[in-house]
Amino acid sequence: MGDAALPASVGADAPGARGSHGRPLWLRSFGYWAYQYKRTWRSSITVSFLEPLLYLTAMGIGLGTLVDHHVHRVSGVSYLAFVGPGMLAAAAMQVGTSESTYPVMGAIKWIRTYHAMLATPLRVIDVLRGHLAWIALRLLTVGAIFVAILAAFGLVHSAEAVLAVPAAILTGLAFAGPIAAFAATQEKDTAFPVIYRFGVVPLFLFSGIFYPITRLPGWLQPVAWATPLYHGVALCRSLVLGQTPPAQSAAHAVYLAAFAIAGYAVARVTYRRRLVV
Amino acid sequence: MARSPRPLAERRAPLAERVVGAERPSAAPLVVASGLVKRFGQFTAVDGVNFEIERGECFGFLGPNGAGKTSTMRMISCMSPPSGGVLRVLGMDPATDGPKIRARLGLVPQEDSLDLELTVLDNLVVYARYFDIPKAEARRRAEELLEFAQLSERAHDKVEPLSGGMKRRLTIARALVSRPELLILDEPTTGLDPQARHLLWDRLFRLKQDGVSQVVTTHYMDEAEQLCDRLVIMDHGRFAAEGSPRELIERYSTRDVVELRFATPEDQAGALELGSLAERMEVLPDRLLLYTDDGDALLGESHRRGHSPISGLVRRSTLEDVFLRLTGRSLID
Repeated sequence: MGDAALPASVGADAPGARGSHGRPLWLRSFGYWAYQYKRTWRSSITVSFLEPLLYLTAMGIGLGTLVDHHVHRVSGVSYLAFVGPGMLAAAAMQVGTSESTYPVMGAIKWIRTYHAMLATPLRVIDVLRGHLAWIALRLLTVGAIFVAILAAFGLVHSAEAVLAVPAAILTGLAFAGPIAAFAATQEKDTAFPVIYRFGVVPLFLFSGIFYPITRLPGWLQPVAWATPLYHGVALCRSLVLGQTPPAQSAAHAVYLAAFAIAGYAVARVTYRRRLVV
Repeated sequence: MARSPRPLAERRAPLAERVVGAERPSAAPLVVASGLVKRFGQFTAVDGVNFEIERGECFGFLGPNGAGKTSTMRMISCMSPPSGGVLRVLGMDPATDGPKIRARLGLVPQEDSLDLELTVLDNLVVYARYFDIPKAEARRRAEELLEFAQLSERAHDKVEPLSGGMKRRLTIARALVSRPELLILDEPTTGLDPQARHLLWDRLFRLKQDGVSQVVTTHYMDEAEQLCDRLVIMDHGRFAAEGSPRELIERYSTRDVVELRFATPEDQAGALELGSLAERMEVLPDRLLLYTDDGDALLGESHRRGHSPISGLVRRSTLEDVFLRLTGRSLID
């Protein structure tokens, strides 16, 4: 690649290259995603309601009745109260992943939205920021709906639970950042089902949503501990149940933020390599 | 419309002199390139070219596939950084002022990037928003441009089912939504049927009348003759020739071409002596091409000498003759 001297304006931040007036450039890219959402928002919002409803009913009330009957308490709360906040983190992972796989590939290869944007004043970094900002907004709606449903199930006891919404955003971005960075390197979508089968599904099962990870075999516990979902689950749970010291919650948040920020930093590079040739 | 060509030596003058050049006090060139290079790894796609695109003109890049046309266009569009040389677009440096320059360009890429799921109208509005054009104004311009592109009736249809010609017209309309000073069209009519092409040419001509400067790449010679005031023929990353279509024909071909087709190879071999009557002769497997300024006279002489081709055609030289002469007849993949 003859990219030794990549001009900043095509890729990264260029001094004085910000749109000299008007909306910030990343906001214009964000605007596209918001605009195109209007054709699917109904089904999308419906799913955001139904999914937690179904899971909480099945896992919490169905399975939970059984668990509570035999074990009485998991971590000192009802099984529904234990599982519910974990499912919130799982939903965030799900949204963060799905929004950063096929949509990114589509914007590069199929619909070529990114290319259309780059013919306008937008730069690669604006394209990336706008897309991640959109994913954050999707996570906000999904998280808010989820917390509202948790409240409807009687699982929310303090105002602190509202903080579970930003926690869900952080959890989703811890996946969306790195996965978007990866998606931008792909020629085909064949890796995405692999991410689901060998990434999302095992994390869903082994990150402490359905049982404390202390129940895992000893060697598996550090693995679970290292995954971002474990920290998302722990953070969401502590905020909803209001029973964990703030310092520990902060540590979880920092761990998630590190994934999100590292993903963003790598995505800046992979996006530029892919889009500026 | 034809411009008198400036001597080559003058074009190669140091960049600074030309940019400041006092010969056209009215307006500086829209694009100035000097020693422009684009490399991909070991491959040199554009190999040190010099050109200027003036305000108000339609400038063409012709060439076979892989000649470096699209790479050049992408550099002019400030989407692809040059690997060497100097490039100024609208007087600015793409390396530092990309967003500012792109705000004043309209790009019609070779590969469509329309949003197939959005409606025709929404595609224009969404694109206008990238330029921060207020919503109401974006909508007003979009409707106006759909009129111009003859797509008003499809305004609320999705893009997906539109024909190739409609999609191209929509892409052009989209590129115009920001009222660009320079419209950059990369193979605007490739893959379109003749009706669609003629409609597009008509629209592009009207845009030029309205003062929108254009850069076009194409490998259709008739398109270049229709649209371009000035053009360069590119081959292997360099310019093989530059000038107006008329100048190029005068310089690299003759006024007429006589095409003789024979029944047998022996008959054709017997007619090779006609070569001495023409400025240049090309021997193809199925016919002879004789380049001369007076085709009728040559065809008459051929009859007098007793040659009897199954068909004998006198036609005017075209840009295609120039193109094939400069870039060769062999297939390039």
